[in-house]
Amino acid sequence: MAERVLMKGNEAIAEAAIRAGCRHYFGYPITPQTEIAAYMAKKMPKIGGVFLQAESEIASINMVYGAAATGCRVMTSSSSPGISLKSEGLSYIAGSDVPALVVNVQRGGPGLGGIQPSQSDYFQATKGGGHGDYRMIVLAPASVQEMASLTIKGFNLADKYRMTSMILADGTIGQMMEPISFEDAEIENYEKPWALTGTNCERKHNIVNSLYLQPDQLEKTNFERYERYKVIEENEPMWEEYMMDDAEICVVAFGIASRVAKNAVVAARAEGIKVGLIRPITLWPFPTKALRAAADKCKAFVSVELNMGQMIEDVRLATECKRPVSLCNRAGGMIPSPEQVLESIRQAQKGE
Amino acid sequence: MKTTQILIAGFGGQGVLFAGKFLAYKGLVQDKQVSWLPSYGPEMRGGTANCSVILSDTPVGSPIITTPDVLVAMNLPSLQKFVNDVVPGGKIFIDSTLIDAKVERTDVQVFYIPATQIAKDAGFATLSNMVLMGKVMKECGAVSFEGNKETLESFIPAKKANLIDVNCKALQTGYDF
Repeated sequence: MAERVLMKGNEAIAEAAIRAGCRHYFGYPITPQTEIAAYMAKKMPKIGGVFLQAESEIASINMVYGAAATGCRVMTSSSSPGISLKSEGLSYIAGSDVPALVVNVQRGGPGLGGIQPSQSDYFQATKGGGHGDYRMIVLAPASVQEMASLTIKGFNLADKYRMTSMILADGTIGQMMEPISFEDAEIENYEKPWALTGTNCERKHNIVNSLYLQPDQLEKTNFERYERYKVIEENEPMWEEYMMDDAEICVVAFGIASRVAKNAVVAARAEGIKVGLIRPITLWPFPTKALRAAADKCKAFVSVELNMGQMIEDVRLATECKRPVSLCNRAGGMIPSPEQVLESIRQAQKGE
Repeated sequence: MKTTQILIAGFGGQGVLFAGKFLAYKGLVQDKQVSWLPSYGPEMRGGTANCSVILSDTPVGSPIITTPDVLVAMNLPSLQKFVNDVVPGGKIFIDSTLIDAKVERTDVQVFYIPATQIAKDAGFATLSNMVLMGKVMKECGAVSFEGNKETLESFIPAKKANLIDVNCKALQTGYDF
């Protein structure tokens, strides 16, 4: 077994990014993700990389856009209000089909909100945020180990499909320390014939651009992009099933909420309630097949979220509203207790 | 198969987060499953700071502690805030130099340690946190007392290595109290 070290979730993201070959980080500080920038500031100069604190979030995402166009591995990180500022750039990156990694260590909103953990950017991450028809691959880590492994996975997927991967974490996973080992890092390398690397007068020049004034051409890029998205929806959903074999009640939760939900599932099992957990690891593509299969054997679903009920809409869509789906939630930086989740499981069992 | 949930709380500056970090590293070295979660909210800017450490033989579920097995209270507001959350049969460690109050609950085991005074008398005034950790390790058995020096060496940066011995002394003083 590789050596275990204790690391904060935010530091694990930064270290994993460096191991994944990222040598370009552009950011702007905001709680609760600042450790990512701090780690990069310390490490990047020592390994010939670039750490740059831009004058704003908007500047930093456009630096990411520019670096991504050259085909190098590049990232930025922020927290909720900062991601809103970056959203214009995210749309341009999507429209230009260049790969990038963006980290959102979520805090409570809307507005400037607070600095405590939240999952209220689910809609923003999975349904858009920026303008236009586009998707991002959204990865939701539930441990410090996954902060690292999904960062590496995120870079791989971004390169593979020429798009943005977003790590959608939260303040708790960002701030907490857990043991982690880096033995499983599998770095995939993809050819990037589209990248702006200089022609040496030996090939036609490449163009990276999101402006298409001819509507038929613009339509074509949209249709082609969505063909790619279809492949991703087919091949890339990731999820974890916990005690689902004989489950009658299915709890659905991601990130830190899934950790609380697991405690509640164990407690409910001790009371004799047949309950299991499906934890989406990719929020887009959503693990629709797993949910649909669960709807055939479970009588009710409970969606546990740190928001006013966002993922619950995807749970209802995935299960085609065949079963009741109830919401167990806290918002604004509060986290439900295992007891609150347990009570929701009991209610679902009673059919209330 | 044992899980111990430890909540350490006090003022910012008392070394609450460091004490938790030390326990977490002890757990890591002793092949435990471990989580360490600091408070990072507005309470860090004056008021109470706390951190949650879970040491377990099985994978840690939620890192958030709502019902601690062990509470270490380093000031009165922290004691008042968390005293009723401790599980029945749990243990409460109180710095009795700074906290005048007694715990009224009879279903928990309470240890009154004048940690601040002990640390001051012994010449390491800022290490009341480690005095308390020494006592916690003795009474809880979640991690063994052996190898404190090696543990500290594993995470204290080289430029502060001169503080390792005095930290060990503080732990021993608490252990012997």
